[in-house]
Amino acid sequence: MEHVRIIPRLDIKGPNVVKGVHAEGLHIVGSPKEMAQAYYKGGADELLYLDIVASLYQRSFDFDLLSSVADSVFIPLTVGGGIRSINDITNALHAGADKVAINTYGVAHPEFLAEAVKKFGAQCIVVFIEAKRTATGTWEVYTDGGREKTGVDVLEWVKKISDIGVGEILISSIDQDGTRKGYDHALTKAVIDISSVPVIAHGGAGTKESVLKVIQECGVFAVSCATVFHYQDFSIQDLKTFLQEHAISVRL
Amino acid sequence: MNIVDVAIIDYGVGNLHSVLNACKQFTQNVVITEDPLVIQSARSIILPGVGSFGAGVEGLAVRGLTQTVIDFAKSGKPVLGICLGAQLLLSKGFEFGEWDGLGLIPGKVVRFPEGKTPRLPHIGWNALYGFSMQDGSLLASIEEGADVYFVHSYTLVPDDKANIVATARYGDVEFAAVIRKGAIWGCQFHPEKSSNVGIHIIKNFINLSTA
Repeated sequence: MEHVRIIPRLDIKGPNVVKGVHAEGLHIVGSPKEMAQAYYKGGADELLYLDIVASLYQRSFDFDLLSSVADSVFIPLTVGGGIRSINDITNALHAGADKVAINTYGVAHPEFLAEAVKKFGAQCIVVFIEAKRTATGTWEVYTDGGREKTGVDVLEWVKKISDIGVGEILISSIDQDGTRKGYDHALTKAVIDISSVPVIAHGGAGTKESVLKVIQECGVFAVSCATVFHYQDFSIQDLKTFLQEHAISVRL
Repeated sequence: MNIVDVAIIDYGVGNLHSVLNACKQFTQNVVITEDPLVIQSARSIILPGVGSFGAGVEGLAVRGLTQTVIDFAKSGKPVLGICLGAQLLLSKGFEFGEWDGLGLIPGKVVRFPEGKTPRLPHIGWNALYGFSMQDGSLLASIEEGADVYFVHSYTLVPDDKANIVATARYGDVEFAAVIRKGAIWGCQFHPEKSSNVGIHIIKNFINLSTA
C-alpha cells in the first residue's frame, strides 16, 4: 500500500495564517513562516499554502511572503489563491511553489486549466474544489474563499477536470470545514469514484479516528488538516503513529 | 568571471527556487541562470524539472542551451537532472507527441503501463531500493528503504540496465529512481523536496562537484 500523505493546510490572509469555521469567522493563528517550518520539522508530507482572499479581491498574490516561507521548507509546497494566468504560475514556481492549486479562475475558464497542464505538466496542476451540500443532497462548487455560489455541480465539475487531465483534486467541504465533526464521506467517496487522479480530502478533521475513518472508508490518497494541527489537538507525528497502528501506511 | 559551484539551469519550466534553496544549505556559490557562459564555466549543473517533456525540450532550444548542456555533460563535469530534467537526459520522450531528448544516456521516457499502478500521476513518498553502487555516489550514506518524493506519470527507461542505480515501486511496476552514466546523474524524484534524505542527496552531489 502507498503511504497516505498528511498535509497541513495554511490559509493565508495578509501576513497571517488564519482559520475559521465553514470558511468564515477567521481568526489569526500564527505566522506563515514559523508554522510552515514547524510543520515541516514535525513530519508533514506536503504543505498547502492558500491565500484565501487574493481571489475575492482580485488582489495579486504576495510572492515575497511565499518566497520567505519556501526558503527553508524541503517538502512539496502547493500554492493557491488568485492564480489566473500562466505568468502567475511561473511566478509561484519561481517563488518556491512546486504545484499550484486553482479554483476560482479555473471554474470560469476551464480552457486555462488545459493550457496550464500543457505548459507545466499535469502533476503541477491541482484543482481546488470548495463544495457545499445543496438542499437536494448534491454538492455545489463555491469560489472566492467559499463565498460565491457558481451553480456548478461538483461531480459534473470533477468529470470535466478529469477529462482535461489535471494532476490532483483537493476536495474541501465547506459544511465540515473547521467543525472538527469529521470529513464529508459521501462527498469524498463520490469524488474519488468519478475521478481518475489522486484526491486529497479536506474539511472536518476532528479526532485522529476521524482521519482514520476517511482513509479507510473512502480510500483517499492524502488528507489535509488545519484546525486540529493549528490548535494542537494532536501533532502530525501523533496522527501518523496512530494511523500506522491501524495498518495505514505512512512516512515516519 | 566567477566560477560557480552549481549552475541551476533556467529553461522556463522548473521549480527553480526550491532547488536553489536546497543547494544553499551547502554552498552560497550557486546561481539560477540561462547564460551559456556561466553554465560552461560552472563546476556542476542541475537541470531541474517541473513540466512536460516537450515544454522542456523547447525551453532549452529556445534559449539556445541544448548544445551547451550536451557539451557540458560530455566534458565530464557533474550533471544532475531532476524529474523532467532527468527525463531530458534520455534520447526520446513520448508525452504529448514524440520528442528528441538530449541523448546523454541512451533510452526513452514512457508512461507507466496502463492498469498496473494505482492512479496517475504517481504523487507521494516512496522508498528507494536496489542500489547498485553507493560509495562515492549520489546515494552515499543513504539507506535502502529511505522515502523520497515523486511526482510523475512517465518513467526513465535506459536501454542499458547498468545505468539504473536505484529503483522504486508504484503498484506492480518497478521503475528507475536514479540513473547514472559517468558523472551524469538523474533522479526521477525531487531531492529538493524529499526532506532530510533528499537534502543529503543534494549535499552528495555538491560534494561530487567540489571534490
